[in-house]
Amino acid sequence: MPANWMPTSAEYLRFLPEIILTIAGTLLMVMDAISERRGSPLYGNITIGAMVAAIAASVFAYSDPGPAFSDMLLVDGFATFFRILVICVGILAVLSSYRYITRENAEPGEYHALILFSVMGQCVMVTANELIMIFIGLEISSIATYVLAGYLRDDKRNNEAALKYFLLGSFATAFFLYGVALIYGMTGSTNLSLIRTAVTGVSPVFVAVSAALMLVGLLFKVSGAPFQIWAPDVYQGAPVPVSAFMSAGPKAAAFAILLRIFMTAFVSIGSGWEPLVWISALLSMTIGNFAALSQSNIKRLLAYSSIANAGYILVAVTAQSTAGTSAAMFYLAAYAMMNVGAFAVVAHLSGKGEKHVSVDDFAGLATRQPLTAAMLTVFLLSLIGVPLTAGFFGKFYIFQAALQSHLVWLAILGLLNSAVAAYYYLRILVVMYMKEPGESLLNLEPLGPGLSAALLLPAAGTFILGIFPDLILNFAGKSAVFAR
Amino acid sequence: MTLLDIVILLPLAGFLVTLFIPRSNPSLVRTFTVAMALITFVVSLGLALGFNSDTAGLQFETNFVWIANPQINYHVGIDGISLWLIILSTFLTPICVMLSWRAVKERPKEFYAFLLLLEFGLVGVFAAFDLFLFYVFWEVCLIPMYFLIGIWGHDRRIYAAVKFFLYTMTGSVLMLVAIIYLYQRAGAGSFDYATILGAIQSGRATLTGAEQLWLFLAFFFAFAIKVPLFPLHTWLPDAHVEAPTAGSVMLASVMLKMGTYGLVRYCLPLFPNAARQCAPWIIPLAIIGIVYGALVAMVQPNMKKLVAYSSVSHLGFVVLGIFSFTQLGLDGAVYQMLNHGISTGALFVLVGFMYERRHSLEIVDYGGVATVAPWLSTIFLITTLASIGLPTLNNFIGEFLVLQGSAQVNILWTVFASLGVILSACYMLWLYQRVFYGKASEEVEHHMPDFSGREWACMVPLIIMMVWMGTYTQTFLTPVTKATARMLEQTTTSAPIRAQVLHQRALATRGPDPEGAPDEGVRPTISAISAGGSQHAR
Repeated sequence: MPANWMPTSAEYLRFLPEIILTIAGTLLMVMDAISERRGSPLYGNITIGAMVAAIAASVFAYSDPGPAFSDMLLVDGFATFFRILVICVGILAVLSSYRYITRENAEPGEYHALILFSVMGQCVMVTANELIMIFIGLEISSIATYVLAGYLRDDKRNNEAALKYFLLGSFATAFFLYGVALIYGMTGSTNLSLIRTAVTGVSPVFVAVSAALMLVGLLFKVSGAPFQIWAPDVYQGAPVPVSAFMSAGPKAAAFAILLRIFMTAFVSIGSGWEPLVWISALLSMTIGNFAALSQSNIKRLLAYSSIANAGYILVAVTAQSTAGTSAAMFYLAAYAMMNVGAFAVVAHLSGKGEKHVSVDDFAGLATRQPLTAAMLTVFLLSLIGVPLTAGFFGKFYIFQAALQSHLVWLAILGLLNSAVAAYYYLRILVVMYMKEPGESLLNLEPLGPGLSAALLLPAAGTFILGIFPDLILNFAGKSAVFAR
Repeated sequence: MTLLDIVILLPLAGFLVTLFIPRSNPSLVRTFTVAMALITFVVSLGLALGFNSDTAGLQFETNFVWIANPQINYHVGIDGISLWLIILSTFLTPICVMLSWRAVKERPKEFYAFLLLLEFGLVGVFAAFDLFLFYVFWEVCLIPMYFLIGIWGHDRRIYAAVKFFLYTMTGSVLMLVAIIYLYQRAGAGSFDYATILGAIQSGRATLTGAEQLWLFLAFFFAFAIKVPLFPLHTWLPDAHVEAPTAGSVMLASVMLKMGTYGLVRYCLPLFPNAARQCAPWIIPLAIIGIVYGALVAMVQPNMKKLVAYSSVSHLGFVVLGIFSFTQLGLDGAVYQMLNHGISTGALFVLVGFMYERRHSLEIVDYGGVATVAPWLSTIFLITTLASIGLPTLNNFIGEFLVLQGSAQVNILWTVFASLGVILSACYMLWLYQRVFYGKASEEVEHHMPDFSGREWACMVPLIIMMVWMGTYTQTFLTPVTKATARMLEQTTTSAPIRAQVLHQRALATRGPDPEGAPDEGVRPTISAISAGGSQHAR
């Protein structure tokens, strides 16, 4: 233990976003206990205020980057990028749940507090430079998300989703923890940089086993094949805004730590884990896309699409290069926008008790609400990967990085996969634009202010990043270099 | 900002403005769209007037960095080939707007908006000189056409739209892989076409034979689907038949040319060796397409399907011309692209007019139209004759050049391809006979009024173009020849071994060349062929 173990004020500043989120979350819990007001949008407003403040704090913290708390945390460009990303996902999820919570008569206090805690956990994950901190962040985020998945506790599917997510998630975390324990036993350290230097001197078998165990845990968290089985059931069962949140926020954070651990601690055995990630990438893309082809439930369809998208990002991980890392960062940002946006449309259309969640319920949306349909079109085109949307540049950078690292076959198979994916996204477009409106849209409410923002912001972002990808890519490129 | 930028941006601006016109005012949408399309056409004529036919280089060029890393430029410009294809697009768009005037009743706002977006994409495809930019425009064309077919099409529209999208998408993702790979290997740090081409031709970047072949095939596959080359043509009859008239016209007249344009612009100069290696495989496919398309067209009971299959046949000529690697063949191919755009476009327009009257595309539902609607029949006859390739009308020139070009290389190709010309007379004249002659049934008598003013406005420009292009070739061919000659030179100079083969072939078919010494190789032969070509052409 170093002599000056008392944290300096600079170190607290670097931790400011997490502090803000925690305080706000706690405040909401207290308010919920003492306040009589139910269903008020106040909780949502406070949450968004806190998260905007946390974004400002993240930007501010980056003005003085560096380690904090005895090297346990590391505020660098990479961490800042992901901090802002996961907080933005939180904001979008909250925006799309104002109406939903009132409609389902859910309690807003705990809901928002849980979202804040989950986002805080993700912030810790992406900032952590050390396996124990990563684990703590992972647990904070996961436990809050398990509860969120079952938030409507009278709903059967919610319960099923929460239970499945919890049981399988705990298993995965245990795998991860086992890997951490092994590597600690071998190297005597949990600090990623120290591990990196230490692994060369210890038995390669144990290092490999440890890396493989951690990979299992993380692949579960990002819903990468062959550990993706939980995703469709959980996404389908959970409340729509929570599915939106789960599919983007925790996933981005998990990818962040996957990249950080494997590009820092295990960078020297890259040729060893490359085939594993290669196979997982291909499996995720193929299983996700082909299974999505036959889905009739829109939430399930998006769940399989999210597995396929995890596959694309794993392609970037396989590239093991700065270009790959920055491509993954860009894609995660693009994916967060288009996916949360698509889920927000589902939240809008689903109706009380989520009755209308089949693809056919979108029939004729273009005549009923042209603007909503147009925005869903933007998200779907971006998911297909049509140029001038963020999704296209995301795929473009990923496959460029893959080709740079001579992964020609993976790139070809990945892009062919994206042609398969076009089919099921097109199905939604077909139903929206080319079919007559059905009964499910008869009582469709107009978009409220919250949902409008939850759709307009990502739609605008999708276009802006699709025309000027430099805006994010330059920063991602600079930040994709890890401390060695 | 050059004139070309304005031609590219006007339709986009029109598209964006259309989105904000209130839905309740469809006539304003129509008026605005037709005005916008006409303005774009007039401005694009400025390109032709200001075009310098003496040079093969790029004109009206704009080049600035769009995305810094990896470097992607907004690089647009035109040469003789792009020039006419751009004008073809801007020429047909106002016609498409006018002919949809009454046919499109549902959601007219979106319809016209998509037409303008399509025009933006098409002009962009032909103007782009950055590989990445080209890909962007290529995909931009896909979306509006998908919606045009899927929303305003006939009964099986959804099937046709999805099939169209997936076919094209599959081809284009392979092209994307090839583009990125090429960028990597060229090592020039830029997607700019001139830069990459320069790196390859100067030998700064060398592709191995296998790499060339695979890259060529990836590009070729994307373009061949679009052309469409036999056996990748199966999306075409569906898409054409199900699309609304304006969609069929744009699809047949301009979008198919994206494929052949891509072959000429990218496949030949970038991968000359592979292109020549594959030519013996591609040309038989083209000839099969010519004959097969014609035979299938002959037995179609549906007029639109008949015209669609005739497209497969006509486009086979274009591919034949391109892969003959002769000046005449290439000139003919480019000319044939324009001809097919005019005459097949006109056929689709006329079939659309007839559908508006009789609400049927089946040939058996017609007969005796000539007695009720003489003007309609006359115009249809002129278009039919143009499509068959009657001298003094446009298609004749193109087909003649292609056949002559292919005869220089292999007379057998010409023999088989000529079958297509004969067959086209069979199916078109037979169609004409069944639809227009005979006794008019009651429905035909009551539902076939003659041309309205609006319909005249659509058809007269097309007829003028058929005669103009069939009689005064110089207007169009002069700028084209310069560009194709340069392209041919590019495919030869960077492939010295193949060039030798070509040279010997040329000697064998034309006799010893009086000017160029045989061992000096390539350039003299090419200039001799191109000089000969121009003589024949004029």
